[in-house]
Amino acid sequence: MTTSSERKPIVYFVALVLVGLMIGPVLYIITGGFRTNSQITVNPAGLPDPWEFGNYTGVLTSEVFWRQIGNSTIVAVATTVGVVTLGVMASYVLARYKFRGRGALYALFASGLMFPVTVAITPLYILVKNLGLVDTLPGVILPQIAFGLPTTVIILVPFLRAIPKELEEAAAIDRCGRLGFFWRMVLPLSVPGLITTGILAFIGSWNSYLLPLFILNNQDTFTLPLGVQAFASQYSVDTAKVLAFTSLSMIPALVFFSLFERRIVGGLTGAVKG
Amino acid sequence: MSGDFGGKSSAVTEETTGVLVRNGGGVPTPPPARSRRRGIGWAQRLEIAALSGPAILMFLGFVIFPILMAGYYGFYKWKGYGVPTNFVGLDNYKTILQDSAFRAALWHNGVIVVSSLVIQGPIALGLALLLNQKVRGQSAIRVLIFVPYVISEVIVGTAWSLLLQTSGAVNGVLDAMGLGSLKQDWLSNPKLAIWTLMFILTWKYVGFAVILFLAGMQNIPHELAEAAAVDGASYWQTQRRITLPLLAPTIRIWAFLSIIGALQLFDLVYIIWGQYVASTAGTSTMATYMVTEGRNAGNYGYGNAVAVVLFVISLFIALLYQRFVLRRDTEGALTEGT
Repeated sequence: MTTSSERKPIVYFVALVLVGLMIGPVLYIITGGFRTNSQITVNPAGLPDPWEFGNYTGVLTSEVFWRQIGNSTIVAVATTVGVVTLGVMASYVLARYKFRGRGALYALFASGLMFPVTVAITPLYILVKNLGLVDTLPGVILPQIAFGLPTTVIILVPFLRAIPKELEEAAAIDRCGRLGFFWRMVLPLSVPGLITTGILAFIGSWNSYLLPLFILNNQDTFTLPLGVQAFASQYSVDTAKVLAFTSLSMIPALVFFSLFERRIVGGLTGAVKG
Repeated sequence: MSGDFGGKSSAVTEETTGVLVRNGGGVPTPPPARSRRRGIGWAQRLEIAALSGPAILMFLGFVIFPILMAGYYGFYKWKGYGVPTNFVGLDNYKTILQDSAFRAALWHNGVIVVSSLVIQGPIALGLALLLNQKVRGQSAIRVLIFVPYVISEVIVGTAWSLLLQTSGAVNGVLDAMGLGSLKQDWLSNPKLAIWTLMFILTWKYVGFAVILFLAGMQNIPHELAEAAAVDGASYWQTQRRITLPLLAPTIRIWAFLSIIGALQLFDLVYIIWGQYVASTAGTSTMATYMVTEGRNAGNYGYGNAVAVVLFVISLFIALLYQRFVLRRDTEGALTEGT
């Protein structure tokens, strides 16, 4: 007890430095957007003086920004719905049906964890091109659903398996088939798991870069990450404007994250903890 | 809230460890149940097919199929239009392995894999130990150190390249602190750039490791530390003899994810250094090489061959790791999973 209270000041100091290091760059982006380019040139690390709102209003009134927000939202929502729907159906089978090849099927999905989209991106692009989906949002959405399935299945299968067998038996007595049980009992009971996997899919899609980089070449279809990069190279001399654009584009993910932080952390640690 | 997650995540834990080990180990599922119900009805088969079919089709179509196709395209010299006809056998692979640019990228990947483990591991462990104590504002700190992990790579890359450019804020701060002599060309000095990259990677991903380790530590029963305290063990002895060994499975899983991520690193390098600068700054990776030489150069056959090489290297290391490192988790010494 005494030793732990002696250590306390050091703990707080280190924690403070750490938080500063983690948050400093983020604050720099946000405050930098409130400065002018000459302020940034004269004193790269200073605070806004005076505060300049033109950068932010400029971005907020630009059509490009909102179109990219719209594209990112469509892609993220469709990906989330697809991953969660297909994921919970497959997980239900893996969790509650007994059949030959179940272990193999589970291993197939789990193996996907080893290979993020990077490995497959070159042939994937050709596949999407052959399907005629280049420069369309479905061309990003469909592969993202497929690559989101492993995490979803890994998180949901144990979740669904934990639903008591008695419930299923009771449902069977009431002449409720397995499908009815799935609809009326499993889905409502697994809402927390669905939310966790849904949030992971949403944030993953919101931040995704490599796949849109390959698939979307037309400016009109750009999602935010592509937009940020295009904006940064287009206005490379206008640092303040780039900072404003960048900080506005990270707001949705940050808001989403702080609302559901516990669930995200729970899902992530649950999925990979040893 | 915490109870809700406690229950679920421990179940997940078992499952995940199981799977990662299983791939190397053998067939999982408990046999008795299977042999008891041999014949399953047609209705049930239909249900299984209807429920899992869409997911299986999507996964095979967009994950497995492209990887197989890469193996096929890799044997051709092909610009990506029509059906590949110019079969060149193993020429693409010969070119890759002889290309000094690829070997440099491979070397960079190796450096990144090793230094990610060596740098992020101890830092994350120290921070997790720190935050595992009763600290006021602990939950706020946990959220804040996780923020860089949630921000997209593009934003992180854009922000850091602005911060680190020669006339950027980092050099500005050094000047203001009277440390102007430490000012560096952080991004383009080839001796320094890869360490700048390591710093940014650490900044972005250390929060993830801390959260994992914290979750693992909170699974360790308090009674053990209390018993050790009764026996007169110091804080450090307790951490070294109890916390660290019991955390080992978590650390091994984290290391696995870190290795896979480092082998396939693309976004940050490509955003900060771009396709041309990365190789001269000494930060190119196999993935940036693949994109530059494949898609950007229009050589799709070659790009696919690089994808195959990347795949084989990743698979080889993943299997090796599961065989020799994760395997230990099943050998009973560390059966704290309950």
